[in-house]
Amino acid sequence: MNSKTQPYDVLVSMQNKITKEKHNHFRDMMVSSIYSQAEEIANNVVTKSNKKKIDWDKKLDDILTSRITGYPIMFLLLGLVFFITITGANVPSALLADFLFGIEAQLTTFFIKANAPAWLHGILILGMYRTLAWVISVMLPPMAIFFPCFTLLEDLGYLPRIAFNLDRLFKKAGAHGKQSLTMSMGFGCNAAGIIACRIIDSPRERLIAMLTNNFVPCNGRFPTLIAISSIFIGSAVASKYRSIAATFFVCILVLFGISITLLVSWGLSKTILKGVPSSFTLELPPYRRPQFGKIIYRSIIDRTIFVLGRAALVAAPAGLITWILANVFIGNQSILAHLAAILQPFGRLIGMDGFILIAFILGLPANEIVLPILIMSYMAKGSILELDSLNAMGNLFIENGWNWLTALNVMIFSLLHFPCATTLWTIKKECNSLKWTLFAAIMPTIIAIITCFIITQGARIIGLI
Amino acid sequence: MGLTCQSCGKALLKEKFNIRVGNNDRLVIALAGNPNVGKSTVFNALTGLKQHTGNWPGKTVSNTRGSYKYKNKKFVLVDLPGTYSLLANSVEEQVARDFICFGKPDATVVVTDATCLERNLNLVLQVMELTDHVILCVNLMDEAKRKGIFIDTKALAKALGIPVVGTSARSGEGLIELMDKIHNISIGLEKSSPKRIVYPKEIEEEIKKLIPHIKGLLGDQLNPRWVALKILEGDKTLLDSIQQFLYTENCFKHQSEVACVYE
Repeated sequence: MNSKTQPYDVLVSMQNKITKEKHNHFRDMMVSSIYSQAEEIANNVVTKSNKKKIDWDKKLDDILTSRITGYPIMFLLLGLVFFITITGANVPSALLADFLFGIEAQLTTFFIKANAPAWLHGILILGMYRTLAWVISVMLPPMAIFFPCFTLLEDLGYLPRIAFNLDRLFKKAGAHGKQSLTMSMGFGCNAAGIIACRIIDSPRERLIAMLTNNFVPCNGRFPTLIAISSIFIGSAVASKYRSIAATFFVCILVLFGISITLLVSWGLSKTILKGVPSSFTLELPPYRRPQFGKIIYRSIIDRTIFVLGRAALVAAPAGLITWILANVFIGNQSILAHLAAILQPFGRLIGMDGFILIAFILGLPANEIVLPILIMSYMAKGSILELDSLNAMGNLFIENGWNWLTALNVMIFSLLHFPCATTLWTIKKECNSLKWTLFAAIMPTIIAIITCFIITQGARIIGLI
Repeated sequence: MGLTCQSCGKALLKEKFNIRVGNNDRLVIALAGNPNVGKSTVFNALTGLKQHTGNWPGKTVSNTRGSYKYKNKKFVLVDLPGTYSLLANSVEEQVARDFICFGKPDATVVVTDATCLERNLNLVLQVMELTDHVILCVNLMDEAKRKGIFIDTKALAKALGIPVVGTSARSGEGLIELMDKIHNISIGLEKSSPKRIVYPKEIEEEIKKLIPHIKGLLGDQLNPRWVALKILEGDKTLLDSIQQFLYTENCFKHQSEVACVYE
């Protein structure tokens, strides 16, 4: 081994013989040689036609990345995507629900005919199948609309412009400008956003980006936000403007999430992750004509089916466990009700209830299943009803004591709380530190609790509720 | 998004060494290029894989592999992260450099953006310093044409001393020619003689002094001229990589690290 390490030592000593100034001097000379030769070659082989066409890219960039118009356009585009998603998803969602719950009815008939025991029917149909059906009918349509829209913006080349617009804000927060890109990826999936953090070179800034990624809602949480927003915010206005009101509110939530991202990044970079943001040059790629066929194919196959498959895989066992928890009785109450009762006082303090908190905890494997779990625990408590529309869901929630404040808190908590298990696992793999992984779970949860606490107590003190 | 391939980088190198040891019927092709020049599109077009492509820089963070068959030969294509140079300023640059340097691919394709060729040529010139088996793929020719930019690929090939293929990977234009060149260069049917970058006299003299020593140390494992340059500019990362890839005994053993075999 000793003889084998020799070449390395010799090379190092060769290198060390040269002074640092010399190194830099040589390096500068090399770089300028490379550049001048590249320029010379390019000049000889590239011809540009003289009839100067209008530089559309530049004209567009002037508008899309201007200080004045950049942000409103960003907000409008974001809103447009949400609006298309919310309005477009309603009809197919209802159709899918009808279809899947129709099958449920037939399966139930089959179970009765086969004289199957009630618990088996409960576990398989009311537990697993119902959760699965819910996940599919609520998640599939918005995803099938949202992902292509998002991919379209990506393909057009708009995403880097978002990064460009937000760059200044992230710098001010002591974070890396590229964090705006990883944040955008987080809209699709936080775990993907975490992996995208590799594009940030500085370990300090990469860690900040990873720890704050889950403050933007991923597609697992969008359906939750959209559904609750449609029920509680949408119903507050005339039916004509429901979708618009719901869209507007989801946009506000997203902006709130981005503000928290910036705020927490700033806080981290001023305290435990001190440092100066490193500079980088963000290159704005040319706008390209999107390839619609490929967009649809990729966003449906790569993202929608992938995410849905994962959600379904998690939802089925989670549904089963929840059903058992809700139907195994200790004393005169189910295990779930016991657990909820323990958490109830704390839940009330932050404007929710014990069942909601249980749903968030059981939803750790995937955020998609928080609502189905909640619905199941509410339904197991009282009358079984067929959950075929948002209205039915709204009624169920209201029967269980929800009001607009509860809805608001659930949405805020969903936006800010601990990331899902997949994301945490990814963080662990990427930063290789259990300490930071735990921090990534606890820090957002504390922020979520504090925020909900302030909102709830504030509303109660002012007398809004 | 690079999700498919977690811990590639060095693990891939190690794995590739294994390919070289026992398996000679596969030709390994590296795909290098600046960020956002359509590398992934070229990759997909050649391999038929559905790697996610996106119009923003930095999309491919880790390496991705795929394979295709052409003229009865099997080609394994490695999509390297996009870099502007090989000066090892970042992890991506180091990964790309180490792969080309120590992985010794049978050919390296540098994908460039026809609409901003000059900037892209910096990387091409640097890759040419490293290896003789380089092919230049000038992608996005359709877009350049739309913008009124014309590129004389023949003159470019002559100026660089390597094969140059103009492509529009999205529509599939020029891909057959590209595969042809890859085939010819990687099996040695066609020889290229890359023009080296000429440095100022001061540097060239230092290089001359260093080369015999380096040859004595490393033999022909690496291009001595290039190692000399790295010593002159004080790049410690290359020396570390030399130690790691050429002189660490267990560099063949970590097969378990390989988490990304596509085939």
